[in-house]
Amino acid sequence: MTQSILIIGVGSPYRCDDSVGLAILKQLRQHKLSNVHLMERSGEGSDIMDIWQSYNHVVLVDAVQSGAKPGTVHRIDGNAEKVPTNFFHYSTHAFGVAEAVEMARMLGQLPKHLVIYGIEGKDFEIGKDMSPEIHSAAELVTIEIIKEIKSIKEKESVYA
Amino acid sequence: MSNSKTIKVDYLARVEGEGALFIKIKDNELTDCKLKIFEPPRFFEAFLRGRPFTEAPDITARICGICPIAYIMSSIHAMERILGIHVGGQLRELRRLIYCGEWIESHVLHVFMLHAPDFLGYQDAIQLAGDKPELVKMALRLKKAGNEIVRLLGGREIHPINNKIGGFYKVPEKADFASLLEELKWAKEASIEAVKVANSLECPDFDQDYEFVALHHPDEYPFNEGRLISNTGLDIDIMDYEDHFEEIHVEHSNALQSVHKGHGNYFVGPLARYNLNYNQLSDLTKQVAVDIGYDRQVTNPFQSIVVRSLETVYAIDEAIRIIENYEKPKKHALDYEIKPGIGWGCTEAPRGILYHRYDIDEKGTIKTAKIVPPTAQNQSRIEEDLSNFIPKYMDLSDENLTWKCEQAVRNYDPCISCATHFLKLNIERE
Repeated sequence: MTQSILIIGVGSPYRCDDSVGLAILKQLRQHKLSNVHLMERSGEGSDIMDIWQSYNHVVLVDAVQSGAKPGTVHRIDGNAEKVPTNFFHYSTHAFGVAEAVEMARMLGQLPKHLVIYGIEGKDFEIGKDMSPEIHSAAELVTIEIIKEIKSIKEKESVYA
Repeated sequence: MSNSKTIKVDYLARVEGEGALFIKIKDNELTDCKLKIFEPPRFFEAFLRGRPFTEAPDITARICGICPIAYIMSSIHAMERILGIHVGGQLRELRRLIYCGEWIESHVLHVFMLHAPDFLGYQDAIQLAGDKPELVKMALRLKKAGNEIVRLLGGREIHPINNKIGGFYKVPEKADFASLLEELKWAKEASIEAVKVANSLECPDFDQDYEFVALHHPDEYPFNEGRLISNTGLDIDIMDYEDHFEEIHVEHSNALQSVHKGHGNYFVGPLARYNLNYNQLSDLTKQVAVDIGYDRQVTNPFQSIVVRSLETVYAIDEAIRIIENYEKPKKHALDYEIKPGIGWGCTEAPRGILYHRYDIDEKGTIKTAKIVPPTAQNQSRIEEDLSNFIPKYMDLSDENLTWKCEQAVRNYDPCISCATHFLKLNIERE
C-alpha cells in the first residue's frame, strides 16, 4: 500500500461547473500537503477503480446534479452509504464515478476509507467558466478536505 | 384513449456522453424517430482559432476522456501534412502501439461494462459483477493492460501529454516494456476467451444494408494512416474527404449530421473496419475469427460486440509484435520548420474515423479548424437502424422498448461526450 492519501479530482476543464473537481485540486496543490497524492481524472469509472487500488485513504471530489441548490455540498461516506445512481449524471461517462464505487463495493475492491464530495453544479455547458456560487463551494470543500486530511493524519501515524 | 401515453426516461444509460432520443408512436406505427445530440465540437473549433498549431493535440485530447489518442493523432497528422514531415520507423510503430492501448481500453470498457449487460439481461455492469465477478475482474484487468500502454507512452492515461508533432517528447527504453509485455501475453489469452464470451451472446436478427466507410492500408489494419474506402467503391485520399462527405444541419439536433454526398448515411467503426480490412488482420486474429465463423462480412450491428472483441485480440497481438521488435530510436522527434498551409488528418478512433482539418499561417497560428467525430458520422445511420428496429418490438412495454432502443444505439458505442453529455430518451405514444 502507498503511504499517502489519494485525492481524486474529477471533471472536464472545458465544461463549466463540471470543472469544480479540478479547481479544488488546483487549490489543494497550493497547500503543498505532505504524503498526499493529487490526481486529476476525466471520470471514467474503471480508471478510477484502477488508480485507487494501492491507497487505503481516498477522497474523491466531483460535480453532481441531483436537483439540490447549486453550490450545495454533499459528503458521502463511500464505505457506509450507497452512491445514488443518478447522482453523478454529469460525470462525462456513463460508467462513471457512481458505477465505479458500486462495482468496487460488489467486487470487494473499495478503498478501506473512501469519502466522496459532490458539489451541486448549475451549468454544464461546454466552453463556459464556473458559475459564481460554485466558486465559493469549491473554496469551502478545499477547506473541508484539508480538515479531512488532518484528521486522517492524526488517526494514522503512517501519513504523518 | 387506451393507447395514448407519453413516457419520459431520464437518460439513456451506458452510452458515453449525452444526447436525446425521441420516438413517436401513433396507433402502433412508428411515426418519428430522432436522435439529438446537443453540442458538437464547435466550441473547440472556435477555441483553436488564433492559437499556436502545437496546441491542437493537447486541446483536442480534452474533447473525450475515452479516446484522447484519436484526437491527438488526427491533429498531429494534419499538422505534419502541412509541415511536410513523415514520421516513420520506430516512432511510427510507437504511435501504432499507443493506438493499440486506446483500442484495448475503449473496446473492453464498451464490451463488458456497457454492452454485455444488455445481452445478458442485466440492468448494468454492477449486476453483472454480482453474478459473474470473475468475468468482470478479467475484463478490468484486460482494460488495465490497455491503460498501461497509454500510460507508458503517453505519460498518464487520461489526456496523454507525451505525443507531439514530429514524434514524442521522450521515448521509452526497451527494458521499460518488460512487465507490460508479460501482462500482454496474459491479455492475449484473456482476449481470446472474451471473444468466445461475446460470441455466446444471443443477438437479434437484424442484418442491414450498410455503406461501410473506413481507412484502408495495404499492409496493416488501420490506425493512423490509409486511404478512405467504402464497400460501394469510394477510394479517396483523406484530403478529399470534404468533397465526398458533408455535414448537414438537421432541425432536431445542434450537432451536424454527416452524409456521403449522393449516397446518404454511412457506417463507421469496428464493423466498417473489419469488413473492409479483414485481410490486414493478424494471423492470430483471423484464426480466432475463423474458429467462431466470423471470416465473413458482418452486417448485423448487434454483432459489433464480437467484432470489438476480435479487434481487441488484434490490438493486443499487434502491441506484442511492436514491443518485441522495438529498438529505441536515436531521435525522439523529427525537426521541422513552420510553414503555412492546410492539412488533413484522419485516424481510426475506437468508434470510427475521426477527421481533422487545419489551416495555419506562416507563424503557425491556427486560422481555421474542423473536427468531425465518428459519432456525428454515425448519427443518421443510428436513426435509420432505430426506424427499422422499433417496428419489430412495438408490442413491448415502454420500459422494454426503451431498453431495446438503448441496445440498438449502444451497438455504435456512441461517444456522445465528443459532442455532449448523455442521452435523454422520450417515447411518445398517441
